[in-house]
Amino acid sequence: MNLVAVRSIYRFEMARFFRTITQSLVSPVLSTSLYFVVFGTAIGSRINEVEGVSYGAFIVPGLIMLSVMTQATTNASFGIYFPKFTGTIYELLSAPVNFLEITLGYVGAAATKALFIGTIILITAFFFVDLTIAHPFAMIAFLILTCVSFALLGFIIGIWAGNFEQLQLIPLLVITPLVFLGGSFYSVSMLPPVWQTITMFNPVVYLISGFRWAFFGQADVPIGLSLLAIAFFTAACVTAIWWIFRTGWRIRQ
Amino acid sequence: MPSIVAIRDLRKQYAGGFQALKGVSLDIEEGEIIALLGPNGAGKTTLISTVCGITIPTSGSVTVGGHDTVTDFRAARQLIGLVPQEINLEPFETVMNTVRFSRGLFGKSADDGHIERVLKSLSLWDKRDNKIMTLSGGMKRRVLIAKALSHEPRVLFLDEPTAGVDVELRKDMWDVVAGLKASGVTIILTTHYIEEAEAIADRIGVISKGELLLVEDKAALMTRMGQKMLHIHLSQPTEAVPAALAHYNLSLEQDGRVLVYTYDTAKERTGITKLLTDLAATGLVLSDIETRQNSLEEIFVGLVKEDA
Repeated sequence: MNLVAVRSIYRFEMARFFRTITQSLVSPVLSTSLYFVVFGTAIGSRINEVEGVSYGAFIVPGLIMLSVMTQATTNASFGIYFPKFTGTIYELLSAPVNFLEITLGYVGAAATKALFIGTIILITAFFFVDLTIAHPFAMIAFLILTCVSFALLGFIIGIWAGNFEQLQLIPLLVITPLVFLGGSFYSVSMLPPVWQTITMFNPVVYLISGFRWAFFGQADVPIGLSLLAIAFFTAACVTAIWWIFRTGWRIRQ
Repeated sequence: MPSIVAIRDLRKQYAGGFQALKGVSLDIEEGEIIALLGPNGAGKTTLISTVCGITIPTSGSVTVGGHDTVTDFRAARQLIGLVPQEINLEPFETVMNTVRFSRGLFGKSADDGHIERVLKSLSLWDKRDNKIMTLSGGMKRRVLIAKALSHEPRVLFLDEPTAGVDVELRKDMWDVVAGLKASGVTIILTTHYIEEAEAIADRIGVISKGELLLVEDKAALMTRMGQKMLHIHLSQPTEAVPAALAHYNLSLEQDGRVLVYTYDTAKERTGITKLLTDLAATGLVLSDIETRQNSLEEIFVGLVKEDA
């Protein structure tokens, strides 16, 4: 294991993040604050409690998930796409590193950034709503797992993407809709029965449900199922990345 | 002594069916500078990319320092530094950071002392805190070399190091290469500038259409392939080559003022003495004599043409 290389990639990527710290943090914090103002306060004041929780507090886990998933995906996809774009990927390919080390470096950095942003948003939320966390350790574990698994997904997207448009495509067309329809702003039980069934095919439902359970002790789906879903998703991403490096798909001729 | 780089029957066929390498075998000795010469698309970059691990070979094997580049890739790649043909750099990074990153990527612990020496030897030390995007093209190329040297490689691949570089900078680059050789680094460079190979290489390999046509000591190559021409300047122009000299196959140039005799330096008898004796007998008066040797360029063009 070339740990020096893993650390070098990680540091290099984190340096990029800290160099643009203002724009890295201001925009997610600002947009989340807007959600709180619009949904939590303006509209939320007219909505009854959802599952015994005020609407403003109810949407906090969903909002954090929305940011974390988007940030982890875009950070990781950009992190590996940029060397492809500038051509510096030649160095990664000719260095004494294997797929695991490259992945650890890039995905680790992207997950750290997402975790950072998720934490900032959580802190921001305390300024807007009364919030209690029922299972703090489970909350942290879910947050980290989500950061890592979506950074893995982003890494795959970054390797697949052939241009900047494709880089934006999956987060915009797939992740955002899935998160919005995954119960970020409502409880699945509020949907008509047919839509409840359809929703169960949305993988994000399991993540948001599990995360919300960590906050309020109640969930749309059993917590075990949530854990299983995220474990399966992570395993699928790791397998895909292993296959990509083994075959050289899109990176090695 | 075993060679530091041993390439055995290396073949590469790209997904589209194009055969970039058709069974290349080559042994490179430690400490030498070998220039791979060939036209665009000959397979030079593919050869380098395959040795360095960027391209997966279809068949054949490569060892570097005795380590197989596929089964023992870590040990093999640790010995290699690669300077790519394109200027591939992250524009927003500083020189120092990007060179440090390269060293770490190759698993070497941080050593700013070494990096300082490398940057100084490449006249980059003053630019260490500059962003790469602010550097000139020549400086960027030096950064690529600094990155490749950051992990103290024993073998350095330079893929067209002076493509698109002005004459002065090219000379600078040659000095850098000479300095590296002096420090014991083995250098493999590709080029399509013949004068570059002629100026800095110990051995020259000629690649065309995925095949290594020949590899030879530079001096030996030039002597073996080299034909010399004897230019005989006459004080009075002559209208035709005198009949007595017909069997020397002389050609008449510059309106009959110069007789040109072509001979092979490798032959035991060049025939010069006899020609001059016969020439004196014809009554022609000589004003000057000079000999000219074929440049590597002429040899090279001849080789690649033969192959076509």
